[in-house]
Amino acid sequence: MLEIKKMVVAYGRVNAVKGIDFTVEKGQIVSLLGTNGAGKSTTLRAISGLLKLVSGEIWFEGERIDGQPAHKIVERGIAQSPEGRRLFRQMSVEDNLKLGAYSRKDAGGIKSDMDRVYDLFPVLGERRTEAAGLFSGGEQQMLAIGRAMMSRPKLLMLDEPSMGLSPIMTQTIMKTIQDLQADGVTILLVEQNAQAALSLADRGYVLEVGQIMFSDTGKALLGDDRVRKAYLGAD
Amino acid sequence: MRTVIPDELKIQLRYPARAVGLVGAVAMIISVFLPWSYGHGALDDVGFSGSPSPLQLVFLTLPVLVVVLLGVPLVGKAKLGRWAKTVAWNTTAKTTAIASLGAVVVAMAAIAIELGGLVNIEVGGWVAVAGAVLSAVATIFLPDSPEPTLSRVKTARWVQILAIVLVLAVVLFSAAYALGMSDAGAFLVFAAILTGLVLALRQFGVFGWLGNASANNNRVLVVSAFAVAFAFPFTQNGSNANMSIASQVLIFAATALGLNIVVGLVGLLDLGYIAFLGAGAFTAAILSESAFSTVNFHPPFIVTVLISGTVASILGLIIGAPTLRVSGDYLAIVTLAFGEIFRITMNNLDGTDGPNVTNGSDGIPGIPDLNFFGFDFAQPHVIAGIEIGRFANYYWLMLVVIALIIVVFTNMNHSRIGRGWVAIREDELAAEAMGVNTFTLKLLAFAGGAFLAGVAGSVKAHYDVSVTPDQYVFLESAFLLAAVVLGGMGTVGGVLIGATILKLLPEKLRFFSDYRLLLFGLLMILMMRFRPEGIVADERRQLEFHDEDEELADEIEEELIAHHGHLNPERKGFEL
Repeated sequence: MLEIKKMVVAYGRVNAVKGIDFTVEKGQIVSLLGTNGAGKSTTLRAISGLLKLVSGEIWFEGERIDGQPAHKIVERGIAQSPEGRRLFRQMSVEDNLKLGAYSRKDAGGIKSDMDRVYDLFPVLGERRTEAAGLFSGGEQQMLAIGRAMMSRPKLLMLDEPSMGLSPIMTQTIMKTIQDLQADGVTILLVEQNAQAALSLADRGYVLEVGQIMFSDTGKALLGDDRVRKAYLGAD
Repeated sequence: MRTVIPDELKIQLRYPARAVGLVGAVAMIISVFLPWSYGHGALDDVGFSGSPSPLQLVFLTLPVLVVVLLGVPLVGKAKLGRWAKTVAWNTTAKTTAIASLGAVVVAMAAIAIELGGLVNIEVGGWVAVAGAVLSAVATIFLPDSPEPTLSRVKTARWVQILAIVLVLAVVLFSAAYALGMSDAGAFLVFAAILTGLVLALRQFGVFGWLGNASANNNRVLVVSAFAVAFAFPFTQNGSNANMSIASQVLIFAATALGLNIVVGLVGLLDLGYIAFLGAGAFTAAILSESAFSTVNFHPPFIVTVLISGTVASILGLIIGAPTLRVSGDYLAIVTLAFGEIFRITMNNLDGTDGPNVTNGSDGIPGIPDLNFFGFDFAQPHVIAGIEIGRFANYYWLMLVVIALIIVVFTNMNHSRIGRGWVAIREDELAAEAMGVNTFTLKLLAFAGGAFLAGVAGSVKAHYDVSVTPDQYVFLESAFLLAAVVLGGMGTVGGVLIGATILKLLPEKLRFFSDYRLLLFGLLMILMMRFRPEGIVADERRQLEFHDEDEELADEIEEELIAHHGHLNPERKGFEL
């Protein structure tokens, strides 16, 4: 479904992503793992069209999408819940969701998708007219995911959805991700919380300083010594 | 206002403080019936000649309010019931007392300056000062009231509508009264009293309630506001001086509303906005039947308006297309430069340095008045026995223009495009990630705002009679921006208020001429310190200045988890 070929992305002269290849198959949950500065968020931003590639290619559903403007990529069916949530804090929950659906024009479908988000996260439905900035971290994360779902994406990219959340909230969010997969959404998950991310993932890629070090199925990576040492705190 | 006096002391002293405060307020009331100055030349004659001057009567509202606020809880505390906590009695009394002190000090300073020295203050003035000091100091010792809950009180619809109409009537009266003042000192005192009253009412909780009332009866509010504005010329008895200022205010306000789209909604800092007003004005001047017009094409004004707006928005596109791709600060610098380039270009299009389009620094004088289907704007008309002069004609025209702008603005604000604009303002990258075509939307806002300025400019050309490049200097751009920020970015009402204040103050403070900018700077600093969201806060923007709410939400979540081990879904009744 999504195929990254020899992608290089740079901030100024510094290459943040140094020629990576990976694929995401339809219906899968794929995790990108790595420490700060490994290039995970950069990868997502490049896929979304927010950053230009230095070289390499991005293919989505058999078409090349790198170089296209961000709004075209959203229209094609790739949505992102960015790092740090980046909600529109002064806008109501409802307006945030409507912005998530900015690329769509079917009012009826938007309405029913909005109800779906409220079903998934009742707390958002109860307080739909309140400003997003008034919500707690966990609730904001729910809204960020809900907002990204509103474009009815084929591929949903989540950038550290567990960041800053309590273990209980993290579980809730991970459960939601599984539910989304069951609904047929393909998910590209960027995480530092390796335990949570890998237990869900069909496939995992481990990034270090802009390069993919190794990859395997989620289960296999959970058992891998290198992963256990670096990300799970095992001796 | 929070003081460092310990609460126990305040509670101990609450009765003496109340009594002393009352004495001070009564002294102020008595002072109104005594002469404040020797001679009759100060303010609007506060030398007491049989009855208090109008200004003194306006001042009277402050001490009377203090007496009510201090007296009612004293006399009928038991009867107050829920009203004891619905409104903030003590804090409002404190604010009002301090405001009266401020007004008295300004008045005494004005007397001293206008008549030459403090010796000109008569016994009444000193009584007022003493009373104000007494009640201000005494009320500081009152215990603080809790936040007023008046905004949550439910009232009948007719009460709300009545209140709105009443407020608008007071606004009309104050505006007419302020405009009629010839004395700068009196105007300042009046402004001080008015500010004090507004602050006091806000403290009392009235504004919260009024805000809800006007939100519930939005249509009533808008319609009656326009009715009041429409009726304004009838209160002027054909006086041209005030109508001239009022028309200028409206032209300025229409331009500010255009800038409000660019700055307030989309968050693009435009420092050269006046150039678009100038572009519209020059276009209209050139297309007018002025003898100094440089082209031989004079369409009817309806067509001219559209051409002026289009010319301005094309300029907006030209300047916007290359610069809107870069981030905020660069845009400010480029637009600043663009404003200057526009002015200099208009100066140089004089036939020597370039083609003769604008007659250079002479500009285009002798622009005839507008004429709509035989309705000549230059002629006074008599309606209902009241003579309506030339300026009133322009005033009404601008009122129509502003009404149209407001309709467009409100619809835009709640549309998909409006949401996209606000999203760009809040977080451009996130907006882009959501699929908002940020560049196109920014360009649209830039061109749209420029169009409105162009339209306003085309009326301004006819109103001003002559158009010259030096009318469109950077300072004017700064004033427009100040009007938007002061009034409240992204709101219509706020920007109208801001534009009125910024256009009215210089007219009334002419004796300050050189210090005007200093005064504005001071005003802006005070605003940014105490009310950064502007006079009228945009509902979406308020949060920007109150970040602590999110921390509070997080704390509550943590507490819930600590107590219940999970987030209780039934959180209703939890008041933040």
